[in-house]
Amino acid sequence: MIKVRGLHKWFGDLHVLKDVNMEVSEREVVVVIGASGSGKSTLLRCINFLEYAQKGQIFIDGVEANAKTKNLHMIRAEVGMVFQHFNLFPHRTVMGNVIEGLTQVKKLSTEKALSQGEDLLKKVGLSDKADVYPAMLSGGQKQRVAIARALAMKPKIMLFDEPTSALDPELVGEVLQVMKNLALEGMTMMVVSHEMGFAREVGDRMIYMDEGRIVEEGEPKELYNNPQHERTKTFLRQIL
Amino acid sequence: MIDLPWDFTAIPRFFPGFYVAALLTLQITFFGILVGLVLGLTTGLMRLSKNNLINTPAKAYIWAIRGTPLLLQLMIIYYGLIDLVSIDRMPAAIIGLGVHNGAYIAEIFRGAIQSVERGQREAAMSLGMTGAQTMRRIVLPQAFKRSVPALGNQFIIALKDSSLASAIAVRELLLRARQLGASTMMMLEMLMIVGFYYLMMTSILTLLVGRVEKRLQVSDYRE
Ligand SMILES: Nc1ncnc2c1ncn2[C@@H]1O[C@H](COP(=O)(O)OP(=O)(O)O)[C@@H](O)[C@H]1O
Ligand SMILES: [Mg+2]
Repeated sequence: MIKVRGLHKWFGDLHVLKDVNMEVSEREVVVVIGASGSGKSTLLRCINFLEYAQKGQIFIDGVEANAKTKNLHMIRAEVGMVFQHFNLFPHRTVMGNVIEGLTQVKKLSTEKALSQGEDLLKKVGLSDKADVYPAMLSGGQKQRVAIARALAMKPKIMLFDEPTSALDPELVGEVLQVMKNLALEGMTMMVVSHEMGFAREVGDRMIYMDEGRIVEEGEPKELYNNPQHERTKTFLRQIL
Repeated sequence: MIDLPWDFTAIPRFFPGFYVAALLTLQITFFGILVGLVLGLTTGLMRLSKNNLINTPAKAYIWAIRGTPLLLQLMIIYYGLIDLVSIDRMPAAIIGLGVHNGAYIAEIFRGAIQSVERGQREAAMSLGMTGAQTMRRIVLPQAFKRSVPALGNQFIIALKDSSLASAIAVRELLLRARQLGASTMMMLEMLMIVGFYYLMMTSILTLLVGRVEKRLQVSDYRE
């Protein structure tokens, strides 16, 4: 579904991604862990072309894309993204957020978009919030709206960048539950998260990143219980 | 009682007679602001472009206009360009006020656009929206809302600045007061009338801007 080959990314002199190679197959859930600043967000953002890597290749569903690709926005539409800080549109209602992509990118009629929007809100358990503005929602509700908004585009893969780390602890569960349901439905997912319960329950593979490199990857329980590298061990000890 | 050299009873008597001049003041201000908004939005967006061919003219315009007095700009348009084009005083005043305000409004819009969090743009782009769609549907509505207080302020400045059109013979409030003041020998009284007119108009404008601000806040309220 997604293939990354020899990816390098620099911010000025800062070498943030160093020869990253990875793949996410269809229906696979890949969890990415690593210390703050190790390049996890940058990797996700490169895959969605919110940042452009200077070297290497990215294939989305077998098709290579880069900064020069025409209609890059249509490729972005195939890759859903959920952000740490939700990034809901504050001037649109919950429903307005969810159908924005449907009416603007997919050019659906408002009627069709609304009917899909209702299904999506039902899926994330927020049917009763359709007409309120994001400012009135809790963090957990905001993140569920953001997930519904991304799902509306029927993406081939969903990228999650620390979707629960800005949430109060008691709100983490409801978001993880929505993500678990997605995984069980067979959604292809790449999730940056240190929620080990989630990783072990639905993760097919876990990747550990350190200083811009993928240091280790494996089946989540395996990597968690039996890390091969010293740095992975240290890191896992720290986040416990 | 001391005998004052002024006849303040003239104020209510002459007050209604200024309404034509007041309408002129409003016209210059209204159309000046309109021109200023169009110019301001265009150059504000140009200023933000990464392409030097686009942002340089915008920067030059803002620099030149903000660095010189409005009075000079009006004189240039009305008297200075006379060999090139002869512009009537009213259009000259409107163009002058518009071009002048455009530079300030450009900076207001630019600041407001830059204040919209990067995450908003990214969320829109990740849905597959184009750069233009993102700007029009996500960034600009939020930027407009944030620019309302500063725009209101600028409109009030524009209203007061319209008095400079008196220098290019537009018979708006100030010029009318000076003319009537001279012919009736009641300069202070006439100037005070005009002062009341300005106060009325700026107060109403302030009220309107406050209303708009309130209405735009609906989406910010928590229950
Ligand atoms: N837009 C940017 N400009 C400059 N440096 C950046 C930018 N974004 C991220 N970085 C730097 O790149 C490194 C990796 O950041 P990031 O991918 O956000 O790490 P992580 O998500 O793993 O915490 C950090 O050192 C960060 O400061
Ligand atoms: Mg990050």
